[in-house]
Amino acid sequence: MQTFNYIKAASIDKALGAANGTKFIAGGTTLVDLMKLNVETPSGLVDINILPLDKIEPLPNGGLRIGAMVRNSDLAWNADVQKNYAVLSEAILSGASPQLRNMATTGGNLLQRTRCAYFREPSAGTPGGYGCNKRAPGTGCAALEGFHRTHAVLGTSDQCIATHPSDMCVAMAALEAAILVEGPKGKRTIPFADFHKLPSATPHIENALEPGELITYVDLPKPIDGAKSVYLKLRDRASYEFALASAAVVAKVEGGHIRYVRVAMGGIGTKPWRSHEAEAALMGKAVDAAHFRTAAEAALKDAKPRTDNAFKVELARRCLVRTLKLATA
Amino acid sequence: MADSSELRFKNLRPPTQQNSAGELAPDQQQLDLEPLTPEEPKGRFSRRSFLSGLGATGFLAGAAPLVQAAPSVEPAPADAAAVDGSDAVSLRVNGKEYNLGRLDPRATLLDTLRERIHLTGTKKGCDHGQCGACTVHINGRRVNSCLTFAVMHEGDEITTIEGLGRPGNLHPMQAAFVEHDGYQCGYCTSGQIMSAVALLKEPIGPSDEDIKHAMAGNICRCGAYTNIVAAVRQVRAERA
Repeated sequence: MQTFNYIKAASIDKALGAANGTKFIAGGTTLVDLMKLNVETPSGLVDINILPLDKIEPLPNGGLRIGAMVRNSDLAWNADVQKNYAVLSEAILSGASPQLRNMATTGGNLLQRTRCAYFREPSAGTPGGYGCNKRAPGTGCAALEGFHRTHAVLGTSDQCIATHPSDMCVAMAALEAAILVEGPKGKRTIPFADFHKLPSATPHIENALEPGELITYVDLPKPIDGAKSVYLKLRDRASYEFALASAAVVAKVEGGHIRYVRVAMGGIGTKPWRSHEAEAALMGKAVDAAHFRTAAEAALKDAKPRTDNAFKVELARRCLVRTLKLATA
Repeated sequence: MADSSELRFKNLRPPTQQNSAGELAPDQQQLDLEPLTPEEPKGRFSRRSFLSGLGATGFLAGAAPLVQAAPSVEPAPADAAAVDGSDAVSLRVNGKEYNLGRLDPRATLLDTLRERIHLTGTKKGCDHGQCGACTVHINGRRVNSCLTFAVMHEGDEITTIEGLGRPGNLHPMQAAFVEHDGYQCGYCTSGQIMSAVALLKEPIGPSDEDIKHAMAGNICRCGAYTNIVAAVRQVRAERA
């Protein structure tokens, strides 16, 4: 591991002042792992673990403000989250292990990096190593013709097909969260849909953060009255595994018809995948299996599977149909 | 975290330039965990002076040349290591304070517990947060000690398997693992027990299925899972 300067920031201002050329470290569950693999080689770490961003507080508008340092366990087990945003609690508890959830933070999970085996290779993107445009732009993508059973089918490009690994982010996409950041140029709010970037020709740029910006909070909007929310995750084994396909649905049914619906999917996209197509196919429709299937077809319409991950397309459709049934039951 | 496809892939990878030259991959490099030679704190900033006047002016600008001079892959020379300042790092483990002198910031909590403090009950399995062998408690909550740096834990209350119980005075969970034969080779056992003790305080459901999910972060290669669940079930019942 490359050595680094280590400093502990006592306040947000001090963290921002020290941020130049360094990385913030919170739970460390992604960053330390990738530093050991030589994937991350920061010259400095700014430890933000003592910043006062560890609260979950109601907002005046009826929403919920989650501090960036709130641990995944605490968020998933928070009474307000379990009651009003069940999809978020379920998504978090379906991911990683209890130990990792005790460490990982809300802000850190937004920045979780892909599990693509080529991306994680210590020598990827270097001469003699596998090509990885995320590690070193222009070196190619070994996954395209390589081992890609777990890779994405939506949002891919000819430069990168790496899957976004987070469960929490899928729920937040369906909940239409907002991400608050603070940086050298001040504070700003980034809508969830604009935070993660598609790989396109620049897979090394994964999100909308500017250099030196720190995630401070995630705001959830006021819960939808009378809506039900569900997260369903399908994977190779029943726990402690990444999604092959997952779905987060928030739905409100009145008189047997869908009056509000938000759909996001995980395990199949290069970013947490909000499906406006599925939502459009469902709005105002009667609650029945045929409409769910139509919505699932719409969600996967643009899927571009490769040899070994083609099974994900139908798996994802069925995952969404099942989740819609649960959310409208 | 435990990505089976990735492990398969890792075993299949052809030799790269790096490892064909006989060098260790970066994740296999050993950190020098012996006490570092004390040296004059010339030009360094202490933690205290840093925290009170961070202001970005001095610290990073002053320290940057040290980092740039260090080769990117090889372990850095000792004098580039403890850039946290000249203050000694101390950790509180099992109720006892350990002054560790200056500590390489790259030292994980796991390596520090084992190699510096010589509490070797905590085991290194995968070293990547996938197996749970390194599970310890920090402020009463279970974590993977391989995925966190020791310098991040000054002031925290760290508990290892050595702090739970002792021969003749076992923690009930340790006794239950013995009674139910909740191990075979024993390598994962300290991590299993640390996880099992922590879950007693977590809001998980009452069933065996809940125990299994709550223990999912601890892998047992011998497959003692049935007996591990029996041990945890017994202690939960005693405490109910």
